[in-house]
Amino acid sequence: MTDMTNKADWSSRRKGDAFVVHFSGSWVNGQPKPDMHLLHADIEAEPELHTLHLEADHLVGWDSSLLIVIRQLCEWAESQGLSTHLEGMPDGVRNLIVLSRAVPENKQTQDTCPDDFLSTIGETALAAYRGLDGYFAFLGQLCIDLFAFIRGRGKLRSKDFLLILQAAGAQAVPIVSLLSFLTGLIIAFIGVIQLQKFAADIYVADLVGLAVTRELGAVMAGVIMAGRTGAAFAAQIGSMQVNEEVDALTTFGISPMQFLVVPRVLALIFMMPLLCVCADFVAMAGGMVVAVTISDVSVLQYCHQIQVAVELSDLFVGIFKSVIFGLIIALAGCYRGLNCGRDASSVGQAATSAVVTSITWIVVADAIFAVMFHILGV
Amino acid sequence: MSTTADAITVKNLTMAYGNYTVMRSLNFAVGPREIKVIMGGSGCGKSTLLKHLIGLEQPEQGQIYYGDQAFQTGSESAERIRRRFGVSFQNGALWSSMTLEENVALPLQQYTALSASEIGEVVDFKLSLVGLAGFGHRYPSELSGGMQKRAGLARAIALDPHILFFDEPSAGLDPLSSRRLDDLILELRDALGATVVVVTHELASIFAIADTALFLDAESKTALCDANPTDLLNDSTTDPKVRRFLTRGESDND
Repeated sequence: MTDMTNKADWSSRRKGDAFVVHFSGSWVNGQPKPDMHLLHADIEAEPELHTLHLEADHLVGWDSSLLIVIRQLCEWAESQGLSTHLEGMPDGVRNLIVLSRAVPENKQTQDTCPDDFLSTIGETALAAYRGLDGYFAFLGQLCIDLFAFIRGRGKLRSKDFLLILQAAGAQAVPIVSLLSFLTGLIIAFIGVIQLQKFAADIYVADLVGLAVTRELGAVMAGVIMAGRTGAAFAAQIGSMQVNEEVDALTTFGISPMQFLVVPRVLALIFMMPLLCVCADFVAMAGGMVVAVTISDVSVLQYCHQIQVAVELSDLFVGIFKSVIFGLIIALAGCYRGLNCGRDASSVGQAATSAVVTSITWIVVADAIFAVMFHILGV
Repeated sequence: MSTTADAITVKNLTMAYGNYTVMRSLNFAVGPREIKVIMGGSGCGKSTLLKHLIGLEQPEQGQIYYGDQAFQTGSESAERIRRRFGVSFQNGALWSSMTLEENVALPLQQYTALSASEIGEVVDFKLSLVGLAGFGHRYPSELSGGMQKRAGLARAIALDPHILFFDEPSAGLDPLSSRRLDDLILELRDALGATVVVVTHELASIFAIADTALFLDAESKTALCDANPTDLLNDSTTDPKVRRFLTRGESDND
């Protein structure tokens, strides 16, 4: 233990009822440091100690790493009933240590509930109940505000509404068309390969026409809009929540439901059927491309066969579903947005869970419709 | 409503988030035309108290009265009471999809029968009061933080409210703007006869504008005093915590 090297080190000696620790060398981050537990053991080995003196007059260099060691040492010593004295340390070290210990550590913990198994179940059930409560309150308020709007008492900023209509309608046409076209292409391709074995190529028109109008048009449009517009609704309203804009609406007595949710719900209810019809026709066109190119069905034959196979009711089944899907997407997006937390990460969570919720409910609703239409014979 | 009654009376208010109690049994009153400052260290529940006063949070216990009407969120009277509020939020909370003009105009469109051109005149005037004349066509994102805050104030005073709430009005403003804002608060009180509640911990503002100051203490979860800040400094019986706060800790060295 010598001051000649730059190695961080300490030496110790006993002086009456005091224990003196002398720090030397270079105590900077990145340098190896001696094991302080040895020092603890040394101190414990000495009987009848009352004070601990820390000193250092030949330090080569020091930074936070020395401060951390000294702070820990002081805390440890005080827990052992020793009083600590830092007079021998450089002024900078002493002042920073005093500063770091000026405000005692917060030992107060927040009141938390016990974390045993039963309490966890109880808490989870209560949270789920409260969540359900919130959801019903949301739906109830929405019904009141929608009704008020229909009776002409609601206040809607037409500029906002038109912008939302544009974003949820016209701007979604390219992506909905592209994906529907490809979906039609894929179904037709699978169909043609199978049907060719029976020389029944022409029935690819029935396959594409029925699958698309009854199911896929609405579901594809729904899934795309959930990812595109549902997430956007949740993120928009969520960031308004973070920025206290929703609070500002409330304090002006403007219902966020009327101002933010109603226009979005209406926009999707109006736009989804149109997007669904668009998806239907584009997907049938996609099927036609395959039918005409890889089998010997002509364009005219394909169109005629679709006309025979697909009834108007099939088209309306899809359109009806798309309205419900639109409602689901808008509700999920707005609900998650309004219940968003107060920081940036909760906006991300709100958007994610809006998409997950709406896609889940779209599939569930589609399954229910399948059974329902079967029973009704539509 | 009688004019002698206090503008705001808070009785036995307990605020909590879930199991966590923020403040216990608060009792205070704000007289008409009074400027009340709510002060205290960071995280003591100043903004939470403000949210309770404007009805964004539900009291765990206790009541808040405006005049002699109880303020209960969701009730008919609450909506009426709310229309007499103006709230200026910490970061402005301007509606980001609208321009400044539209932000200030929206409450007017909702609650007054003014024509579009009259609304335009009111908007111009309110924006000029906060020194933002000519910025009406900008969106909030195109403005600096201080300007957003002032625009939020213009929106708060759009309906000439009887009661004005400010959440940290001078936080993040340079000393001159902060001073101008203080002057504006005083002038609004004098001109509109408004009652003002300000949440702040800026000492200069506290001494410049407060008629009375309520000090919230996070440790004891109660209000330690409710009096004029200058009197508090001169009064030898003032709680040492309040004294330390008002002197930036310099009374420690006495």
